[in-house]
Amino acid sequence: MIRKLVRFIDQRSGTAPFVRKTLRYLFPDHWSFLLGEVALYCFIVLVATGTYLALFYTDSTADVVYHGPYVPLQGQHMTEAYRSVLDISFTVKAGLLIRQTHHWAADLFVASILLHLLRVFFTGAYRKPRELTYWLGLTILTVTLLEGYIGYSLVDDLLSGMGLAIGNGVALSIPFVGANLAALIWGGPFPGTSAFFPRMYIAHVFLFPALIAVLLTAHLSLVALKHHTQFRQSRRESERKIVGVPTFPGQTPRSLGLLLAVAGLLVLLGGLVQINPIWLWGPFHTYISTNGAQPDWYLGWLIGALRLMPSWDWTVGNYTLVPNPFWGGVAFPLVVFGFLYLWPWLERKVSGDRAVHNLLDRPRDAPWRTAVGVAMLVWVFLIFMAGASDRVFVFFGISYGWQIWVYRVAIFVAPPVAAFIAHRVCVELREGERVEQGRERAIAEARAEGGAGEPA
Amino acid sequence: MRERLRTAAVVLGLLVLRRRRPEPLLPAEQEPIVPEGSKQPRAELLALGLLLFAVVCFAAFVAVYALDRLPRQTQLLGLALGLGLLSLAAALIVTAKRLVVTEELEDDYPAFEHPEEQETIVRTAEESGSRLTRRRLFALGLGAAGGTLGLALLAPLASLGPVIDMNPFYRVPWRRGRRLIDEDGRPYRASEIDEGTFYTAFPEGADKEELGSPLVVVRLRQSELDLPPENAGYAARGIVAFSKICTHAGCAIALYRTPLYPPAEPKPALVCPCHYSTFDPATGGTVIFGPAGRKLPMLPLTIDRRGYLRAAGTFDGPVGPSWWGVRNRGAKA
Repeated sequence: MIRKLVRFIDQRSGTAPFVRKTLRYLFPDHWSFLLGEVALYCFIVLVATGTYLALFYTDSTADVVYHGPYVPLQGQHMTEAYRSVLDISFTVKAGLLIRQTHHWAADLFVASILLHLLRVFFTGAYRKPRELTYWLGLTILTVTLLEGYIGYSLVDDLLSGMGLAIGNGVALSIPFVGANLAALIWGGPFPGTSAFFPRMYIAHVFLFPALIAVLLTAHLSLVALKHHTQFRQSRRESERKIVGVPTFPGQTPRSLGLLLAVAGLLVLLGGLVQINPIWLWGPFHTYISTNGAQPDWYLGWLIGALRLMPSWDWTVGNYTLVPNPFWGGVAFPLVVFGFLYLWPWLERKVSGDRAVHNLLDRPRDAPWRTAVGVAMLVWVFLIFMAGASDRVFVFFGISYGWQIWVYRVAIFVAPPVAAFIAHRVCVELREGERVEQGRERAIAEARAEGGAGEPA
Repeated sequence: MRERLRTAAVVLGLLVLRRRRPEPLLPAEQEPIVPEGSKQPRAELLALGLLLFAVVCFAAFVAVYALDRLPRQTQLLGLALGLGLLSLAAALIVTAKRLVVTEELEDDYPAFEHPEEQETIVRTAEESGSRLTRRRLFALGLGAAGGTLGLALLAPLASLGPVIDMNPFYRVPWRRGRRLIDEDGRPYRASEIDEGTFYTAFPEGADKEELGSPLVVVRLRQSELDLPPENAGYAARGIVAFSKICTHAGCAIALYRTPLYPPAEPKPALVCPCHYSTFDPATGGTVIFGPAGRKLPMLPLTIDRRGYLRAAGTFDGPVGPSWWGVRNRGAKA
């Protein structure tokens, strides 16, 4: 039976040599290599659930009056878009499950990409010959952040409208071209023309997902062409020899199992743990906003940056050169992503290391890289936390203004301190290992000399 | 009849459940590709059990979906599908760990580069141009054609919005004499505006969703008012009005911080809940905390003979978030 099928396909496609090689392609084994896989599986869940949602969503901002089953909103004016998402949540069978699963999958998607990025950074996996793979991955992350933002903006509840208002403010703040660019995207001043939602919709369900799929294909092809990196776990691994589990039979059930586990977890979350209860926020109007608004977690760093910036528009005479939101909303992410894109090149410049690397570093093996990475991480994390300082005020009563000032100082002080500590820890860990190895060698030598085997 | 059914069931059961002895697939002298492992009957049973549970869960999902008016349908659907998927995942992981042989194989990393092929590619590219006499000009021509083609293809994107005309950004619906109405369209009387709270107002007969429309209106005590000279006369009996749209990022001002104990607490202030830009209504909407780089645009008010609030002119600056031209001109009614 199998033989017949294989013969049939090979005779008509000529792919037997390729499949034979693929079946025995090796996957080095380490838990951290699964983070990227989790991201891939989230993407699959997102496409599946998103397609279902698209069957019911309406991308229109036409004014309608709600008459659906959710009593508190009955009789309220809202856009058709918001009503269609309320209907997905309340009248479409399994609609709420799929919508919440989609939202959870988006949150986990970004989280797993980020953890994957941290793994790649701190183990030096981006080094020659894998720089292209790394840059493609970073680009996927950028597109994903935009994709997620547009996704929750399409709902047109109060929170998503506030998010769009801020997005518009950030677009306007781009020097020289901001207003022109925003006018292009929105079709005019905020909240824009009726064409704006269809634009977001095609971007969210076609342009960006297709872009992610293309980038992902290129990313994975490069991983396969150059083979995966590996840790030195025994004497067998080297820069030239890869050690791992073959695609079949070893890796296939593991990867399929992980795919199903990710999907299962997301569906469980979607069914049991409420996320973004849009019916509580109500419809968006330009003249309404709510206190305690928080974006999805992956945009928290930008909210924090927008909030930390002191009152300042950079003006030259009457000309506004740099409006305030530019610093937090554009300049800050540009610095972070600029750093990430340039890092492989920067490291090569400073260290002079131009060798090909298939073996990974442990973080302690490269104390300077670890120190710089930790400093960057602490910097972004503190700014992220600053975005939650209004919640801290509500829960713990610590003055908002006071917190902002602490953060304004801490983002300059904490990163160098963290870098120093990280560097020390790496050096000490390596020193400890060297002592340990020396002692083991001494024991072995003592044994070889016919001693009792215990060091004096 | 019953006999026959029973026989059929037994035969079917035997067909499915019997342990088949694997037939030797290969002639004895051939090396196996996947090394043979020991039998794991208990792991096999566990995997089968997990598969069975998955089948039950998936069937339950369909059943819950089909049953109308079930309470907590979302939760049950999620539970059924989620547990089914997790159970299937567990079966596959048992398969991976115990039922297939885990091989740790070695292989060579692919060659870092292929100098010969590189050379062939370069030569192919270079030698292909042998008939060209003006190579540089030709490349320039190709580049120019490609560039202008790109420009031509991008040009229609300008239809997306008014990319050059910036007038819409200055336009506001407020002009002298317009009454202030509430969300339901009722005009505000000056006597209805109390201290210690804020009101949202719109221009009568205009679109409420326009950024230039919504106002935040508060009443201050005369002793608190400290308007700068350019805003002198903007207040009407202590009532002041500002654009409700924050000049930082365009959210609506939704908080009015009034002092609960005036001697110790800060002054009343208008706060935007997005990034906590804080404006002082007593001094004409100046920024006292937070990121906003411009004061709130203020609208001059008057009270007509019947006691209704009306605009006495338009805003003292453009509304909404800052952009490059926001300080070049004033708001235009």
